[in-house]
Amino acid sequence: MKRLNKSFFAFLLALLPMFAMAQIDGEFVKPRSGKFLLQNATVHTITKGVLENTSVLIENGKIAQIGSSITAGDAEVIDCSGLVIYPGMIDGGTTLGLVEVNSVPETVDSREIGNFAPNMQALTAVNPNSEAVPVTRVSGVTTVLTVPQGGLFPGTAALINLVGYTPDQMYAGAKAVVMNFPSSGRRGRWDRRSDDDIKKENDKALKEANELWDNATSYYELTEKGAELEYYPEMAQLAKVISGELPLMIEVNTASDIQGALKWIEGKDAKFILSGVSEGWRVADEIAKAGIPVITGPIQALPTRQSDRYDAAYSNAGKMSKAGVKVAIRTNDQENVRNLPFHAAFAAAYGMGKEEAWKAVTITPAEIFGLADQLGSVEQGKVANLIVATKDPFETSSQVMHVFINGYRIPLSNRHIRLYQEFLERSPGLNKN
Amino acid sequence: MKKLSYFLAALVGLSMQYAMAQTPKGSVLIKNATVLTVTNGTHENTDVLVQDGIVKKIGQDIKAPNGVETIDATGKYLMPGIIDAHSHIALDVVNEATAPIVAEVRMKDVVNPYEIGIYRALAGGVTMSHAMHGSANVVGGQNATLKHRWGSTDPADIIMQDAPRTIKFALGENPTRVHGRGRGIQPRTRMGVEAILRNGFNEALQYKKAWADFNAASSQKGNTAVAPEYNERLQTLADILDGKIIIHCHSYRADEIYMLINVAKDFGIKKLVFQHTNEGFKVAPEIAEYTMGASVFADWWAYKFEVYYSTAFNAAILQKNGVITSINSDDAELIRHLYHEAAKTQRYGGMTDDEALAMITINPAKQLGVSDKVGSIEEGKQADMVIFEGHPLSSYAIPQMTFVDGVKYFDINSDEDDQRQLVSATEMVEPIYLHEETAHKCMQDTEYLFETAEALFSLNQY
Repeated sequence: MKRLNKSFFAFLLALLPMFAMAQIDGEFVKPRSGKFLLQNATVHTITKGVLENTSVLIENGKIAQIGSSITAGDAEVIDCSGLVIYPGMIDGGTTLGLVEVNSVPETVDSREIGNFAPNMQALTAVNPNSEAVPVTRVSGVTTVLTVPQGGLFPGTAALINLVGYTPDQMYAGAKAVVMNFPSSGRRGRWDRRSDDDIKKENDKALKEANELWDNATSYYELTEKGAELEYYPEMAQLAKVISGELPLMIEVNTASDIQGALKWIEGKDAKFILSGVSEGWRVADEIAKAGIPVITGPIQALPTRQSDRYDAAYSNAGKMSKAGVKVAIRTNDQENVRNLPFHAAFAAAYGMGKEEAWKAVTITPAEIFGLADQLGSVEQGKVANLIVATKDPFETSSQVMHVFINGYRIPLSNRHIRLYQEFLERSPGLNKN
Repeated sequence: MKKLSYFLAALVGLSMQYAMAQTPKGSVLIKNATVLTVTNGTHENTDVLVQDGIVKKIGQDIKAPNGVETIDATGKYLMPGIIDAHSHIALDVVNEATAPIVAEVRMKDVVNPYEIGIYRALAGGVTMSHAMHGSANVVGGQNATLKHRWGSTDPADIIMQDAPRTIKFALGENPTRVHGRGRGIQPRTRMGVEAILRNGFNEALQYKKAWADFNAASSQKGNTAVAPEYNERLQTLADILDGKIIIHCHSYRADEIYMLINVAKDFGIKKLVFQHTNEGFKVAPEIAEYTMGASVFADWWAYKFEVYYSTAFNAAILQKNGVITSINSDDAELIRHLYHEAAKTQRYGGMTDDEALAMITINPAKQLGVSDKVGSIEEGKQADMVIFEGHPLSSYAIPQMTFVDGVKYFDINSDEDDQRQLVSATEMVEPIYLHEETAHKCMQDTEYLFETAEALFSLNQY
């Protein structure tokens, strides 16, 4: 009896995959790598002009060849006649993968407790399976910087490609320690602090930043000399900025704070990036003179002051760029990072020009993150992050036809698209049967 | 009786004030534009003559009457003024969050014509907005339909006096959070929301009957009937039942949308528009069959749980199922580029130019009950129009001039730096707000219900 039970159980187990299979209807399309020949497109290389009737060969995750007469060989040929190819767009500042639903605290992994927490690694908390990942990449945004939020040193941001099932598979090779520069502005309409209190808090925060920096400098110098220091992971991480291993990305927005940050940077021997920089246009010449690159955005934003021109935020990137600042564009978003091309379009229309705006979402952020040899343009040997579209992807009327990330052909599907497919013509419709 | 006559006198006084409010009306000839009429096709190299605030003539080679300014719009696009069916700009407060039903509250009592947001909206081609009560209550306050006559100092002058009454309803997370979780009273759930609605309308039916009984009795000779106590809240609900007010209901999930359609059917309510309607696409046939349509975001999702299962293809699915669909802002920033939001329906669902443009012009006009007056460029309609450099559905489009009733309120060529109409005398240093902190939102003015800073932070939503 016992034996019968056992064998019956085994029989049931053996059947299980069959039953499971029977429930599956339709095939799931996965991202897939391979050898692809994108044939006969107009290629916008960003760095080397526009190439008509040109083909691009993708192999081993890289752009293997660009030319007008590439032999297909065993490559899968994708006809791109009448279509345009651009490099995948890079968003220089998001919380993509860290935040799933903003109002549900259990799904928000962007803000850790503590004012001094540079060792908090965004790359650790990135959810490769966030619904927002496939929603974002079909727009042509292939790479994003995902940034921890919060206190003075809230953590370390990481650049990720939007393909892969582990953070390490997604990692695109650049990190930056984040600093929120002490703000002399109000946090919002509910911020009822007096001007004096704001100044006091600002001075205190700046003093703290200076002490931490000095300590990190000592920490670095001592460890360089071989000293064995107590376990202090926060300081060890900030010391990586002192050593030059990682850049410090300073979030700063109001004009006086930008000036304060530039003054703070002066004389410090490290790599710096300014992010946010909403009022950059007020002090653009000073930023240009300091030679610090900027990641600005969102572009579709309100002016910071009631007295500002209505288009202050639209024109900010262009004004800084014209003053000689190296400017990249970000959305500062999570679920709608897909709007990066439209933010760039607004910057282009309001003074930046299309060419500069394209650079601001491709080669410029690649340069800022020290990856210009790998990302940000269509060039032989670079990572195959490419998009194929019907026309200028900054236009809403264009359609993105193919996306390649790390050489993987990305399925053009996500929940938004699946819901469209299911509900455009719902069945049952209005009636029960 | 004496009381009543005072009341009547006050009413007459008020209505005279409204009648006396002289809103400016302009005359202008716009030459050689590509005219996007929205309802009647696109006409190239066409002139539009406006006289005393009304579109008089659309055609070729129109000569300017004496004293009428001519604007050369060669190479530019002319479209109807953009209408935002969901906004909170130009309001001093947004939420009266003290009870699940506050139908007696009126947004026209808190209209602020000085707000810079009006000018910024004009700079985005928006000539009209629906200034709504917030979403803290199941039945919120009555909204005001605004015309963006920037520079007016009398609130009455920016209210569109010939627009029908509308009222805000709200379902789902916001009212259940404010009342159920915030105050420990019904509704805490979507079941409670339905109960609040049915209880409210049944009470209004009783109230109506009490007045009808009294009116019938008081017409009898020698009667001793005593009038029921007047109740503005119930009277407003009764007005909804009588078809005098259009409901604009904040809603997200398909089930709650379907619930309100059923409630409306049961009480014979026909004038119903859904707002936000993120899951409207799931019940598109039902919305199409019974309602005045849905007003939606172009692509917002995942900012709260009830919009996690939504899609940017919502507007296209609704439109293709026959729903009157508009794209709104609910936001002081987004209102400035609704033309771009409408254009997103081309990426997400392949809408034609006319379909996309209708979603920010004639369709919101229909939902506000003013489509006979505004929402398209047609002879006889009010001359609310925008001139664009570049097609308005291009991401590179820039609004150039915006007209309300033929009066130009925005001109990019004479746009000064500081456009404020009112500067506080006590404000020594101008405050700086980062990233839309001043954007008006659905849950504004409910902060006091949630004390911790974290709750404040998460209130920053729609």
